[in-house]
Amino acid sequence: MRDVAVIGIGCTKFGEWWDRSFRNLFVEAGVSAIEDANLAGEQIDAMYVGNMSAGRFIEQEHIGALIADYAGLASEHIPSTRVEAACASGGLAFREAVISVASGMSNIVVAAGVEKMTDVDTSLSTDALAGAADREWEGFAGATFPGLYAMIANDYIHRYGLTREQLAQVAVKNHYNGARNPIAQFQKEITLSTVTNSTMVADPLRLFDCSPITDGAAAVVVAPLEMAKKFTDTPIKVLATAQASDTIALHDRRDISTMDASVAAGNRAFKMAGLERKDIDFVEVHDCFTIAEICAIEDLGFCKKGEAGKFTEEGATALGGQIPVNTSGGLKSCGHPVGATGIKQVCEAVLQLRGEAGKRQVDGAEIGMTHNVGGTGATVAAHIFGRG
Amino acid sequence: MSVPRFWRKIPQRYNLEGTHCETCGRYFYPPRNLCPDCRREGTIVNHTFKGVGKVVTYSVIRTASDQFSALTPYVLAIVELEEGPRLTAQLVCSPEEVTIGMPVKGVFRKIGAEGESGVIYYGTKFAPM
Ligand SMILES: [Zn+2]
Repeated sequence: MRDVAVIGIGCTKFGEWWDRSFRNLFVEAGVSAIEDANLAGEQIDAMYVGNMSAGRFIEQEHIGALIADYAGLASEHIPSTRVEAACASGGLAFREAVISVASGMSNIVVAAGVEKMTDVDTSLSTDALAGAADREWEGFAGATFPGLYAMIANDYIHRYGLTREQLAQVAVKNHYNGARNPIAQFQKEITLSTVTNSTMVADPLRLFDCSPITDGAAAVVVAPLEMAKKFTDTPIKVLATAQASDTIALHDRRDISTMDASVAAGNRAFKMAGLERKDIDFVEVHDCFTIAEICAIEDLGFCKKGEAGKFTEEGATALGGQIPVNTSGGLKSCGHPVGATGIKQVCEAVLQLRGEAGKRQVDGAEIGMTHNVGGTGATVAAHIFGRG
Repeated sequence: MSVPRFWRKIPQRYNLEGTHCETCGRYFYPPRNLCPDCRREGTIVNHTFKGVGKVVTYSVIRTASDQFSALTPYVLAIVELEEGPRLTAQLVCSPEEVTIGMPVKGVFRKIGAEGESGVIYYGTKFAPM
């Protein structure tokens, strides 16, 4: 296997883009990634595009070809493949791109992610997102996506005594970071009472425990590490790429409050990188709901099971803490255009390792990790990055 | 959302029919025709559950898709049947009534309908015992 590096990144501002189209968004992200990598379009060997549900959100399928076409590459006939794994679509698209370069099949590969979610009403987006879980046996019973995470939260609270304030602290911390990120959908700080007084969505999760409905696109360019220096002075090395799956339905899990796929993907990533938890300087985890971040930092081994609430409350996961979590603002503050999120996490890791993260920069960051979850944990992608 | 037609023909939804692996003794609901432990060595037979169990965890859904919005707020739970398997179902009780560990039993109920005059489908909800 060849060593792989990220040589370019691009991301649109995340938000509600009623005046922009799906193709307009991904062209912006793709072009900025290619410019960042100092590439010409015809040098691209392949593309992988993470997208969860364009068929439901904009009634468009065949996204791989659409993106290659509107990226101006139809005449190059490059292979372009859509990757779908619900909210982990972006993380898996990135992994496919890395595998393609590592194997020697391709040299320059673009991994992109895009979702346009605001073109439908809340009821339809709720229904489309419920498709990330088991439609036949969860959706049929009236399970919504927030409802499933709410059942994780109630199980966790019951067993580990997590407090309402500790849960809210996740959102407060991520909004603090997001207020320092120009691409975030919500760039303003919030207080604990903003969260605890917001509308109840699915008990005990309130509106400010949930990531929003968002439009956005992100793209990165990967290349063999040995070629990377030709394009950039700051290649970021991919130290590990890992993926794991689990039961599609939450009710079939061994433990409702542990995502075994996160545990497995995390363990595989650490093994592949030859690193330990203490070597990680920052991590972008999948906080589609506040409880998801609590579970993620335990499942990845950054603190013991049942202790993530206290860990968060004490500031261990804040900027300047023991392990800064979601320096970008996470899904909570950046927004969660489902197919794009996994690629946006990679963009944040690259910015941090290049030392270009501005007001949210982790001092001296050398190793970073990303963690992207599909559904309630049926798919997880984990990646580890280091300075090239 | 419109539901795939074949769903209404799944009798397992109406009377908690699942499956049982005679090789290792595990019970499955929703039904599986491949045992995750024994795989091809497993012998799968049908099994009708008694329909009693307890609440593992729950939520009160306050924002739902169109299909369920008229029911909000409704209690959704993961129920563990006495024989072992877990499933997701609505509870027919008030949000104030539900607790983790609460004993429940299955009841036959209308689950939803496709639009106002659309096809009605039925299934199992659970009531406090
Ligand atoms: Zn068996």
